[in-house]
Amino acid sequence: MAWARVSAALWRRPWARATILLTPPLAWFVLLYLAALVVLLITAFWQINPFTTNIERVWSLNNLTTIFSSSAYRGIILRTVGMAAAVTLVDAIVAFPFAYYMARVASSRTRTMLFVAILLPLWASYLAKVYSWLLIFTHNGFLDWGLGRIGLGQPRLIYTNWAVFVVFCYLWLPFMIIPVYAALERIPASQIEASQDLGARTWRTTRLVMLPLALPGIVAGSIFTFSLTLGDYITPLLVGGTSANFMGNIIYTNIGIANNVPFAAAMALIPIAIMAVYLLGARALGAFEAV
Amino acid sequence: MMTTPTRSFARRMTIALGLAAASIIAAGCGSSGSSSQPTGASAAGQTVPTANLPVLQKIGKGEGQLNLIAWEGYLGPIWVKPFEQQTGCQVNAKYAGSSDEMVSLMKNGGGGQYDMVSSSGDADLRILYGGDARPVNINLIPSWKDFFPAFQSPPFNTINGVHYGVSLQWGPNVLMYNKKDFPAPPASWNVIYNPKYKGQVTVPDNPIQIADAALYLETHNAALKITDPYELTQPQFQAAVSLLAGQRPLIEKYWALASQEIFDFKNGNAVVGAGWPYQVSTLKASHFPIGDAIPSEGATGWADTWMLAAKAPHPNCAYMWMRYISTPKVQAEQAVNYGETPDNKLACGYMNQLQAGSCAEYHANAPLSYFNSVKLWKTPIATCDNGKPDCVPYAGWVSAWNTQVK
Amino acid sequence: MESRGLRIALRIWVALVLLFLFVPIAAIVLYSFNRSNIETWPISSFSLHWFTVAWHDSQVRSAFLLSVRVGLLATAVALLLGSAVAYALHQFRFFGREAISLLLVLPLALPGIITGIALNSFFSFTGIQLGTLTIVVGHTTFCIVVVFNNLIARLRRLPGSLAEASMDLGARGWQTLRFVTLPMASTALISGALLAFALSFDEVIVTVFTAGAQNTLPLWIFGAIRLGQQLPEVNAVVSVVILLTIIPVVIAARVAGASAITRSARNVPVSRSRT
Repeated sequence: MAWARVSAALWRRPWARATILLTPPLAWFVLLYLAALVVLLITAFWQINPFTTNIERVWSLNNLTTIFSSSAYRGIILRTVGMAAAVTLVDAIVAFPFAYYMARVASSRTRTMLFVAILLPLWASYLAKVYSWLLIFTHNGFLDWGLGRIGLGQPRLIYTNWAVFVVFCYLWLPFMIIPVYAALERIPASQIEASQDLGARTWRTTRLVMLPLALPGIVAGSIFTFSLTLGDYITPLLVGGTSANFMGNIIYTNIGIANNVPFAAAMALIPIAIMAVYLLGARALGAFEAV
Repeated sequence: MMTTPTRSFARRMTIALGLAAASIIAAGCGSSGSSSQPTGASAAGQTVPTANLPVLQKIGKGEGQLNLIAWEGYLGPIWVKPFEQQTGCQVNAKYAGSSDEMVSLMKNGGGGQYDMVSSSGDADLRILYGGDARPVNINLIPSWKDFFPAFQSPPFNTINGVHYGVSLQWGPNVLMYNKKDFPAPPASWNVIYNPKYKGQVTVPDNPIQIADAALYLETHNAALKITDPYELTQPQFQAAVSLLAGQRPLIEKYWALASQEIFDFKNGNAVVGAGWPYQVSTLKASHFPIGDAIPSEGATGWADTWMLAAKAPHPNCAYMWMRYISTPKVQAEQAVNYGETPDNKLACGYMNQLQAGSCAEYHANAPLSYFNSVKLWKTPIATCDNGKPDCVPYAGWVSAWNTQVK
Repeated sequence: MESRGLRIALRIWVALVLLFLFVPIAAIVLYSFNRSNIETWPISSFSLHWFTVAWHDSQVRSAFLLSVRVGLLATAVALLLGSAVAYALHQFRFFGREAISLLLVLPLALPGIITGIALNSFFSFTGIQLGTLTIVVGHTTFCIVVVFNNLIARLRRLPGSLAEASMDLGARGWQTLRFVTLPMASTALISGALLAFALSFDEVIVTVFTAGAQNTLPLWIFGAIRLGQQLPEVNAVVSVVILLTIIPVVIAARVAGASAITRSARNVPVSRSRT
């Protein structure tokens, strides 16, 4: 039949099969996503009319020089990167024992339940979750009330960068647990047994065998936590105070409010550059084999 | 089942990708596309690009939908639901918290998405000269004849006799205070600059707040000779910005969303601050001891217009809305629920029916002197009132707000 | 291997983490019963009022339906395109393979706001009107990545020997795909689709920039948060969504979840370890 002939012809020409498979998704990515990114990058070098805020195609490096020469903007960039790094570190530390328990200690039934438990928060609305942290952190809110009752005093965390930090750690924790769990679960029991046969106890086995093998998973999870924190503007907007000025906020106010698209695009170049470096490092550490 | 490297395929892919990228860049360097205005900073001497568009002659059948960009509180169910029932136009609300956001959303004539925007005076001219508004046939709005003369053809929505919308309501930015902490209404705006209330003050996250600081300095620093809080020379501007930078340690949160200020007062995060009457009404309705006042230095304010988008997809529903929202009863409903002053002279009686004394409380029949005491928002431009190009334009306000104040 | 003390410590840690994860969720559900429309602690009075308000709110209903529609569309397209590229990258070796892998990581590795403003500029640049279609385009882009990641991770762990055996037994390429590879990869496809739908359903940052006048559920929630007059209604809606999703998530976890993955990984003979 004709279909058999087509199938056979395709089998003999692997490039034809590859092309058929690759063209639609690649067309999507190149024509829509990449093209959009390229347009954005080009816009970073244009200007706007200060009165009508229409884009004027006048090439200039003004936007980038403004960002790098202003200590306020430099401070914002450092603060954002610092927050992203802190959130990534803390989430990795919190996630590892949890993932370890899930992968190597829990029974099969417990494992499924824990899996459901960490997936469920992903289905609760991001905005609703951030808003409930507002209620927890507010003056005389749940946290103040709870700590006050056990005599630890009232921290009054609302509208501080600590609040932003805790909320970020909370939001992205499942995204760290899942890849770390996947990496830990893949370690063959034989390697652990071998390590123990050679005399290493739990801590040494963990440090010298499990941690390096789990590292790609940790790095893969860190891509999420780092990039999600790097560009988020809603959490600082809702939970942060006067010092919660992050790159995401600058980009958002410039595009959604001041309508200075070129400046927002110039500001956006920085997280793109940061993530490019991060991805190269992650690839070197083997993250892309793990996910 | 792994195949050997297929070089010709790889080469083909690379060429295809390269061509795609190159064509995009070429398109970017090409001409036309998004319109660009000449870099003139002055409003005078510019023409409104859409001035010659034809106006609707007769209101036809409703399209069933109406997409509105509005301030929080401008689309209360009390007056929106009857409109939807009467006309069949389902109202979809998009809230915006600042004039800048409204200008941004109205880009490209409303993008073919939005029908109208309830913009304030400082957004109107930017929208008009950006070509994003459409002329309105004011004869199709009968209640317009009953408006106060000052709001029938004000300079922010009527250019050369062409109307681009219908005036809506106006009001002040008030000083809000917790009655428990302030038994008597504060007489001066100095309470929000007073270190005694460190961590308990809240003001809007909006560059136009610099005008409030300038208004304060008009009274308290006569040497600066500020006459118009929106026309500030460099030294005047810098003084206002310094005042706000000094205020920053007192502020725990600049509110960007109206609900944030409501939340902060209710939960005790703030006890005094600047806000809109909407927050005051909402807190009063929840039985919170909130007070509001216009201190001795005066206040900034805003006068809003329902402006018609150049590419409005539902023009008939839009005209029905304009017709509806300008009638005395609806003007009264909105005025009493939000806490602002209606533009329709006949609304006063209805306001007192809804809430005794509200006509006087919201100055619906106030003399011109009250109107003159509120400095309505307008876009700061480089040309001062005296014709000299010494004043700081709005772009400078935005930059200073983001880098020096916040 | 682990000592008893370590097991107890781990159990405490897991319990604390679960507490941390679920206290805000519990707060969401709790506040949906708050009678007052401004939220404070402690709650002064309880009622079911907001559930009835949400039920009768036509805006909520249309926002919810739009979110579902967008999610289904985005997931469907993502399944097709994501599995195509995962299969191609797994099967064939060619120059540029690494570049495509990197390209496919970008939508998740770059912050959402960048995808959002890039697409927004692109649409206004090319004159495409913002609407449901542009929302779907934005969501599909990262959904493809999610499906791709899940699928290629599974494909890499499938031994090539099974597919080769199928070929040796006379099956054509298409039949091998249909009867051997796809069933083994099906759980990865299901978990990828579920995760993609979840991400699309809750997406707000990219959607803010790609939506026109219509609201998805997260956009409606953001509008309600701005307004500040009907916040418990938001909680009521979110609580109902959580409730609705518990069942499919539990089913999916049983079908494609942790135990299934480990079971399948242990049963399939791998060249290293046990042999």
